[in-house]
Amino acid sequence: MPDETKPANPDNAVDRRQFFAKLGLGSLGIAAAGTAAFAYQFLEPNVLYEPSPVVNAGKPDRYPLDSVTLDVNSGIYIIHSQEGYFSLSAVCTHLGCLTAWKPELNLIACPCHGSKFERDGKKIEGPAPRPLPWKRIWLNDDGDLLVDRSTEVPPLQRDSLVRV
Amino acid sequence: MAKTVDQYFDDLRGTRVWRSIFRSGTGSSTLKRALAIQQNVFLHLFSTKVRTRMLGFSATWYLGTLTLGTFLILIATGIPLMLYYHPSTPQAYADTKDLQFVVSSGMFLRNLHRWSAHAMVFLVFAHMFKVFYRGAYRAPREFNWVIGVILLLMTLLLSYTGYLLPWDQLAYWAITVGSNIASAVPVMGHKIHFMLLGGNAVNANALLRFYVLHCMILPLMAMFFVAIHFWRIRKDGGLYAHASEPATLRANAASSDTTAKEAQ
Repeated sequence: MPDETKPANPDNAVDRRQFFAKLGLGSLGIAAAGTAAFAYQFLEPNVLYEPSPVVNAGKPDRYPLDSVTLDVNSGIYIIHSQEGYFSLSAVCTHLGCLTAWKPELNLIACPCHGSKFERDGKKIEGPAPRPLPWKRIWLNDDGDLLVDRSTEVPPLQRDSLVRV
Repeated sequence: MAKTVDQYFDDLRGTRVWRSIFRSGTGSSTLKRALAIQQNVFLHLFSTKVRTRMLGFSATWYLGTLTLGTFLILIATGIPLMLYYHPSTPQAYADTKDLQFVVSSGMFLRNLHRWSAHAMVFLVFAHMFKVFYRGAYRAPREFNWVIGVILLLMTLLLSYTGYLLPWDQLAYWAITVGSNIASAVPVMGHKIHFMLLGGNAVNANALLRFYVLHCMILPLMAMFFVAIHFWRIRKDGGLYAHASEPATLRANAASSDTTAKEAQ
């Protein structure tokens, strides 16, 4: 005669030992996921003490007509062309080296892997995948040229070209 | 009668203090010599017995051992270098120059560290080529080859992170280029770049992160995998000797069977 006090135990039932094992493993899994999330957040800095992306490039008359001027510290060009003043990133789009203006060749060249660009950023040759991006440029109330390096704007538009 | 040096060593090995540290005891029987290896926390990673032929130069060209040698030199020279180096942007370059020109033996230690690093990369590759061309990567040693590839990666990452620490123009642009390569990873490339450098550009955070990786995280990981690497050599049947490998023995047995059948 079957024991009526013992509950029937079909195949899918979980006994006490399995229940606690699953509970333990589940808690460990949750704790591990929490630790991973915690580690990720910890490794990602919340405050950066990096220089401001907005650069003051000074008065426009510092830049003679048809000139390309590199600011080494901020990594941008200020170009005074017939159309007006505009700013290009001087950071090569290939692997981030600082490019240089070559007046004798009338082009921008990267010393690392030989990419070459025109003064409006168009690529001439080399491994660079994209042209040098244009940066938002404007005049502040003091008449200084300001460039926001964190931006990328289409060429020859209202916010990428300053006419004085 | 005067004692020989060997006898003094035997006396030392018989003392109670020595016996409390090294349990295997004196004597040069095969058992005692095997126990001396097997009961030592460091040496037990290695086989208790090695074929004499495998200890000759031609078997391995000692490439793995030499790699370990350079790694130990790098630890022994790297730790003293840390005593004069501050991983901060205004000071890192000046400290490097001080090590080169002001600190006694600083130039020696720094150059030894640098040349050993170059030698280690070369030796790791040479070791892998030797293992590959001898076929020592085959079953049952496939997993140890995988551990070896991880160790190659560790070696390259150690070289890469150490490259930034002098904080000169070469270091700065090399890490700028290298970290930009990481951002070519699909989808999460820019995140990897940001987390690796601790910012958007190679800066104070990047220097500190590379320093911690170079002096702490990567060496510990490398030691962990080196231990597994050595232990696996023992577990996979000792140093690879082609003539006594199971596959060779099976092949020889099979071919001698066929010759025996043909003779009938």
